[in-house]
Amino acid sequence: MLDGRAQISRPWSPRLILSGAWLAFLVAAALLAPWIAPKDPLAQDLFLGRLPPFWVTGAEPGYYLGTDSLGRDVLSRILHGARLALTVALIAGSLTCIIGATLGLLAGFLRGWVDIAISRMIDIWMAFPPVLFSILLIAVLGPGLTSIIIAIVVIDWTRFARVIRAEAMAQGAMDYVASAQVAGRTRLSTMVTEILPNVLPTIVVLLTLEMGISIIVEAILSFVNLSISTDDPTWGGMIAEGRTSVHQAWWVLVFPLVTLFFTVLSFSQLGEGLKDRYDPVLR
Amino acid sequence: MQLLRTFLLRLATTAVTLFGVAVIVFFVIRVVPGNPIAMMLPPGATEADVAQLTALYGLDKSIPQQFLIWGAGVLQGDFGASITSRQPVLDLVLGRLPATLELSVMALVIAVALGGFMALTGTRLRGSKTEAAIDVGNGVALSVPDFLWGLVLILLFGVLVPVFHISGRVTPSLELPFSTNFYLFESVLRLRFDLWADIVGHMFMPALALAIPLAAIIGQLLKQSLKETMNLDYVTLARTKGYGENHVILSEALPNAILPTLTLVGVQFTFLIGGTVIIERLFSYEGLGNMAIDAVINRDLPLIQGIVILFAVIFTAVNLAVDLCYAALNPRLRHA
Amino acid sequence: MSFLSIRNLSAALKGRPEDRILRNVSLNVAAGEVRGLVGESGAGKSMIGKAILGTLPLSVEITGGQIILDGTDLLTLPPAQRRTRIGQICALIPQDPLTALNPSRRIGPQITNRLVDILHWSRADAEKRARDLLAEVHIPDPDRVMRSYPHELSGGMRQRILIASAFAAEPKLIVADEPTTALDVTVQKQILKLIAEMQARHGTAILFVTHDLGVVSKVCQSLSVLYAGKVLEDTTVRDFFAAPGHAYSRALLAATPKYTDPDGSLTPVPDAVIAATRAEVADADRMTHV
Repeated sequence: MLDGRAQISRPWSPRLILSGAWLAFLVAAALLAPWIAPKDPLAQDLFLGRLPPFWVTGAEPGYYLGTDSLGRDVLSRILHGARLALTVALIAGSLTCIIGATLGLLAGFLRGWVDIAISRMIDIWMAFPPVLFSILLIAVLGPGLTSIIIAIVVIDWTRFARVIRAEAMAQGAMDYVASAQVAGRTRLSTMVTEILPNVLPTIVVLLTLEMGISIIVEAILSFVNLSISTDDPTWGGMIAEGRTSVHQAWWVLVFPLVTLFFTVLSFSQLGEGLKDRYDPVLR
Repeated sequence: MQLLRTFLLRLATTAVTLFGVAVIVFFVIRVVPGNPIAMMLPPGATEADVAQLTALYGLDKSIPQQFLIWGAGVLQGDFGASITSRQPVLDLVLGRLPATLELSVMALVIAVALGGFMALTGTRLRGSKTEAAIDVGNGVALSVPDFLWGLVLILLFGVLVPVFHISGRVTPSLELPFSTNFYLFESVLRLRFDLWADIVGHMFMPALALAIPLAAIIGQLLKQSLKETMNLDYVTLARTKGYGENHVILSEALPNAILPTLTLVGVQFTFLIGGTVIIERLFSYEGLGNMAIDAVINRDLPLIQGIVILFAVIFTAVNLAVDLCYAALNPRLRHA
Repeated sequence: MSFLSIRNLSAALKGRPEDRILRNVSLNVAAGEVRGLVGESGAGKSMIGKAILGTLPLSVEITGGQIILDGTDLLTLPPAQRRTRIGQICALIPQDPLTALNPSRRIGPQITNRLVDILHWSRADAEKRARDLLAEVHIPDPDRVMRSYPHELSGGMRQRILIASAFAAEPKLIVADEPTTALDVTVQKQILKLIAEMQARHGTAILFVTHDLGVVSKVCQSLSVLYAGKVLEDTTVRDFFAAPGHAYSRALLAATPKYTDPDGSLTPVPDAVIAATRAEVADADRMTHV
């Protein structure tokens, strides 16, 4: 038999293509929302309340995905909602990643009291129900974008810290790290030059997952009416409204839900796809 | 001996964790803007009324002082009184706990059944198209959290094909003969299967929403572990003895493959219980989580504290129970 | 008439018939005979044992030939029947005693389960039989061992148990798949002696898969030499060690350390011999494809 290992080519997997395409589409839609949204997302018109989407009889031209109970255009609100969702995903995701991964690296590589302190904190954090914790934090911080981001970072850093700590420990036990130490490098520089590159694939996967989770957290907070002001278009807020009128106007729930569903799915599939493609260890 | 020492050490760290949770929640919620006392009183109440009530709830003292008073109470089983309903927090919380426990356990049962079935089917048909389909399904189920599954289920089985109830715990017009709040459990004991069916009809969708991600995790992990086990020599040996594939999977591979899955399921079960908060809200299910969100909205500080502590106790208890199960199931540890 | 007769058996990777694993393998094992199956790792010797017992990996499929066991071609039987038949008249002594016993089950049931479930013995009979066999393989205090878990026993002890278990149902054929490779040298000798002793007492035919010609010289009467899934030589042990017929066999024999001369230097199989053997196998492939 030939040596098959060297010849395995890794094509772009369908899930990488599909999830990447959806997210690219979403980013474009969010950026262009003010120009491509057919209506003003805040404009109310009670005479045009609960219009069905365009293929159902009773639809009004121009309102492609129908309207909610206040006569606001569902499509325009989804497009504008994407701006907030992606902003949260990007900022909250990256901040959580930086803070969580740093703490995890420090705990896993330095060990000793640093590890004990960080691990205890993780234990305490893990004993909180995260959704309740986030709702509590928003109650404390007051509604708004900054509060949401802070809440996500404060709650979710443990996701990174736990995994990266374990990986850094495993890497730290390997010979190449010991040889770097023997070569007279400081511990911190060893951590950055030797350990970090090896845990980077894991960090990237966790980051894409965290972006999806951030969007969900924002939606949940909007759902319990604690996110942004109620008028601003958010997917969670739309879902909350759709849930109450689901028997009268299913489209108010379905379209934001489908968007949210595919976005969250795409973020996690993107992470898994990237892991398969770039993980130095063939699994 | 070794086992006992590990156990005691775990108990000690658990105590530290619970104390940490208590401190954090206590101080965090006291920074909440909005005066809960003012919200309780009717409009037109005087300054003196507010001051009197504030003193009654001990909110006029410094925060560390309040913590000491509250902590001393908690150690004696007194969690204070709810500000909104003026009933003891412990009574309120324990009144709602059964609903949440029943929901969580039902979700766990569904997750184990579903995930176990996926893992066994995938192992039995390994290498086939069915296994590939199971992998894709698990991947999707895993990537989407319980909140979204709840909404999807509401649309599918509450609206499109309305077969289940999408709100509440039991149809309000029904006469309930129960003496505890374990409705599901008691309906079986009292042989009231009409009520049982109604309760399950309410619980099934929130439980399924909670179960789907966990089922996917179990399905994935157990399948992987089963497939690894299936390559071991003792499984091959059992095959040469004349046993069929089903017997080999179920009685040779499964008992050994299940151990690594078990620890993970423990951690994931605490995530599932944490998920009840939003799922109960979504399905208007009268459990602890729904009460917690109301408590936050109403700034009911003692009630929030009580609920968070109870959740933390449940989480740590589950983790402890899993570790004990692991030790009990693993002959290597049992006979060490 | 041979008890086991393999005729023109071929196997390849599933879906890739050009990646051949066994090439027209033919060999016979008479009742009570011990036949060695020798070759370097990757030569396909274990695959033959697995093909007989029906435990080939999913990635490998049989592409042709017959495995006639006690007059029946196993490959024509429906899977369930085939499995039962194997369980009734064959047994396996596996390579690694550390992974060949189920860690979550006591030793007793692991020996008796075939007798009770497949051969429908009574539990009491099966347990008595297990005790007798454990005594036969020189295990002190069989009762205690039967109640033990595998991790409580040493590797040599576990291999003895596996040998006892293989003989439990009085099989007609045992496949011993490198049964001493995973053990350390001192234990190896004892186990080898034990297998020979048990074989002599029970008169069981054994297909002894090994890469070690020293082992073959000790326990086998005949042997087949395998290279790249092809049988190069099929002869008796006496003839082989007197005068190996194939160039590769000669090189293999030269590369084997002598038990009588433990410090003797090792001569690897020369590259020229390997190249010639490869060419021969390729030629044979071409012949069958025309």
